[in-house]
Amino acid sequence: MITVRRVSKRYGATAALDDVSLEAAPATTHVLLGSSGSGKSTLLRVVLGLVAADGGEVLIDGAPVTPRARAHLLGRVGYMVQEGGLYPHLTVRGNVSLPAEALGWAHARTTERVRALADLTGFDDAMLRRYPAELSGGQRQRVGLMRALVLDPPLLLLDEPLGALDPIVRADLQAELRRLFGALGKTVLLVTHDVREAVLFGSTITLLRAGRVVQQGTFAELARKPAEPFVTEFLSAQAPPPELREYF
Amino acid sequence: MRLAGLVALALVTAAPAHADSVVRIGSKSFTESYVVAEIAAQVIEATGQARVERRVGLGGTGIAYRAVAHGRVDVYPEYTGTISRAILKDPALESVEAIRAGLRPQGLTISAPLGFENTYALAVRADLARRLGLERISDLARHPELTGAFTSGFLERDDGWPGLRRHYGLALARVRTIEHALAYQALASGSVDVIDVFSTDGRLTRAGVTVLRDDRRFFPAYAAVLLARTDFVEGHPSAWAALERALVGRIDGATMTRLNALADLDGRSARQVAARFLGREVTDAEERGRLARELGTLTLQHLQLVVVAVALAVLAGVPLGILAARSATIGQAELMAVGVLQTIPALALLCFMIPLLGIGTLPALVALFLYALLPIVRGTSTGLVTLDRQLLEIADVFGLAGWRRLARIELPLASVSILAGVKTAAIWTVGTATLAAFIGGGGYGTLIVRGLALDDVTTILAGAVPAALMALLFHGLFELADRLLIPRGLRLVMVRPR
Repeated sequence: MITVRRVSKRYGATAALDDVSLEAAPATTHVLLGSSGSGKSTLLRVVLGLVAADGGEVLIDGAPVTPRARAHLLGRVGYMVQEGGLYPHLTVRGNVSLPAEALGWAHARTTERVRALADLTGFDDAMLRRYPAELSGGQRQRVGLMRALVLDPPLLLLDEPLGALDPIVRADLQAELRRLFGALGKTVLLVTHDVREAVLFGSTITLLRAGRVVQQGTFAELARKPAEPFVTEFLSAQAPPPELREYF
Repeated sequence: MRLAGLVALALVTAAPAHADSVVRIGSKSFTESYVVAEIAAQVIEATGQARVERRVGLGGTGIAYRAVAHGRVDVYPEYTGTISRAILKDPALESVEAIRAGLRPQGLTISAPLGFENTYALAVRADLARRLGLERISDLARHPELTGAFTSGFLERDDGWPGLRRHYGLALARVRTIEHALAYQALASGSVDVIDVFSTDGRLTRAGVTVLRDDRRFFPAYAAVLLARTDFVEGHPSAWAALERALVGRIDGATMTRLNALADLDGRSARQVAARFLGREVTDAEERGRLARELGTLTLQHLQLVVVAVALAVLAGVPLGILAARSATIGQAELMAVGVLQTIPALALLCFMIPLLGIGTLPALVALFLYALLPIVRGTSTGLVTLDRQLLEIADVFGLAGWRRLARIELPLASVSILAGVKTAAIWTVGTATLAAFIGGGGYGTLIVRGLALDDVTTILAGAVPAALMALLFHGLFELADRLLIPRGLRLVMVRPR
C-alpha cells in the first residue's frame, strides 16, 4: 500500500509537485500519466525518499518515508528507470545480483534467484555474462526489470520502464509485464507518458499536469467524464487519427 | 600515518647514510666545478682508503652550501668571494683565515687556495687590443667610443659593471645585455668591443680575445678553495691531506683555463680531464663503457623516483580526490592548495626541501610526489562529481551507501578519469624527475645537467632521449593498465580512435 498525501515540492520558482495525493492499493497497478515535466518522476523519487517533499507525507504500508527515514523500504521496493539504469561496469548478472549483494544474501541464494528470473525473461547463461553495452534496448529494459524483481519486493516503482523502445518490442514487453504483475501480485506504481500503456497497465490512472493532479480514476472514467478539457485533449492526442481507426 | 610511511619508504630507497669509508664529494653544475670535484674524487680513490660518492651537479650555491652544511656532502669546490658574499653575507671577509673563522660555527672550513681565481674580467678582441694598445682595464677610459655587451648579472651587481665604471671612471658608447653563451660570438663578429667573462673560461684559450688586467684591483678575490665539513677534515685526516697535497697551490689560472677548454671545447668528460691533470689517461672507449654502465644505474634511479613518487601520490591523491568530491568547500581548498604547489618552480621547491630533508633521493621524491598530486586529485574528484546521479540514486534505493557505494559503484565508474589523472602524473613525473639531479637525486637529469654545463649535446641527449623513451614506456604501460583496471563494460562504451 502506497499512500501519498498532499505532497508539494518546489524547485526555485517552479512547483514540481503541487498538493498531490494518491493511493496505490495492494496488488494493483497505479499509473502516473503525464507529459514530460509534469512531475511524475519527481513524485516517484519522493515516494522512494530520495527527495524531501516541501509539504505533505508519503506512507508505505503506514510508515512515513523521508530521505532520513527510508531504511524500512530496503528490500521491499523494486525500482527501475528508463533504459534500465544499468551499471555499465557490471555484467547482466552483476547488475541483477547487486540488490541481493547489498543486502548480504548468500551467494547460492542469489545465484538461484537470478537463474529463476533469467528463465522468466528468457536470458541464458551467455546473456548473463554480457555487459549493458552489448545488449539491445529491449534486453536492457528486461535486465532493469530483473534487477527490480530480484528481491521479490511487494512494491515496484517503475519510471518509464518501456520508454525509448521501438513499437514492436514495446508491445511485446508490455504484454509480458502485464502478465508478470498479475501473476506475482505486486503493488506497482508506474510512470508513463504513453496513454496506451496507461490503459494496458492501469487499474487506476493519475493524470498529472505541471505538478498538479488533473484527474484520478480508471481509463473509462477519464475518457467518459473528463474533469476538464485537458483530459480529453491529452487522451486523444495519442489516439490514432479518425481515418485510421478502422484498422485498429 | 601517511607521512610516516612516506619517510620510511624514502629511507629505504635513499642512498646509504654517512659511512666512515665513504667520502661524498659535491660540485655545482658548471664545468670548472665538475672538473675540480672529479680531480678531488680521483685523488681520494687513488689513496685506496675510501670509497667516493659523487654528488655532483648540484644546482647552485644555495643548494651546494646547504648540502655541505647539513652533512649530505663532505667537500666541494667553492670560491672565497662566493663564501664571503653569498654564504657568510660579509663581503669584508677576504682572507682565508677570516673566512675560516666565519665558517667555524657552522662546522665548516676551507682549504688553502688551489691556485686559480675565477672572477669577472673584461675581454676585448685580440686585434682590437693590439691596435688600440689595450692591456689594462684603465686603458678603456681613453676609448669612450667602444661598445659593451654584458651578462645581466654583471650589469646589475654592485661588484659588476656599476661599481667597475665608478672605480675606473669608465664610459662606453653603448652598453647592452647579452646571454653568456652568445657573448663570444658577438665579440668575434665585431658587433661589440668589450664583454664580461669568467677569468678561467676555456674559450679564452682560443677565441682570439685578450683579457684586460684589473690594474686597480676592483674585482674581489674569487680564489678557488675546497669547502669541507670540519668533521670530515678531522675524521679523515689522510684523505684531507691527500687532497691538500694534490690540489692546494697546484692549479694556476692558465691550467684551469686549459682544463676547462678540454671539457668545454674538446668534448672530454670531467673524468678524462681530471685524469689528464693527474697524469693519467682515460680513453674514449673506457669513457663510453662507463657511460653505458652509468646509464644503467641512472635508469634504475629514474625509474625508482617515478614509480615511488607516483605510487605515493596515488595513495594520497585518490583519497584526497574522494574527499574533494564529497565537499565542495574542501574540494576547492584542496585543489587550490595542490594547484599552488604546482606553481612553485621545481628548483625552488627542491631548494626549500634541503633544510628539512637534505639532498639526495628523499627530497626529490617528496617534491615529485607533491607535483604528481594535482592530476591525480583532479582526475579522481572530476570523475566522481560527473557521475550519472541517477545511477547513484539507484544504488541508494538498493541500500548500497557510503563506502560500499564508493567501492562498488563510484570508483569503478570513475576509473577512466582516475587513471587518466595517474597517467598524466606519471608522464609528467618522468620529465620533472630530471630536475632531481640538481639536488643529487640521481636519474637521467644527471646527464642533462652535466651536458648543459659542459655544453655537450651528446651528454644532454644521453639523458634526454632515455627520459623520452621512459615517458613512452609509461604511456604504453598505462594503455595496458587501462585494460586491466577499467572494467570491460566501461571500455565497451568508450569511444576509441581507430
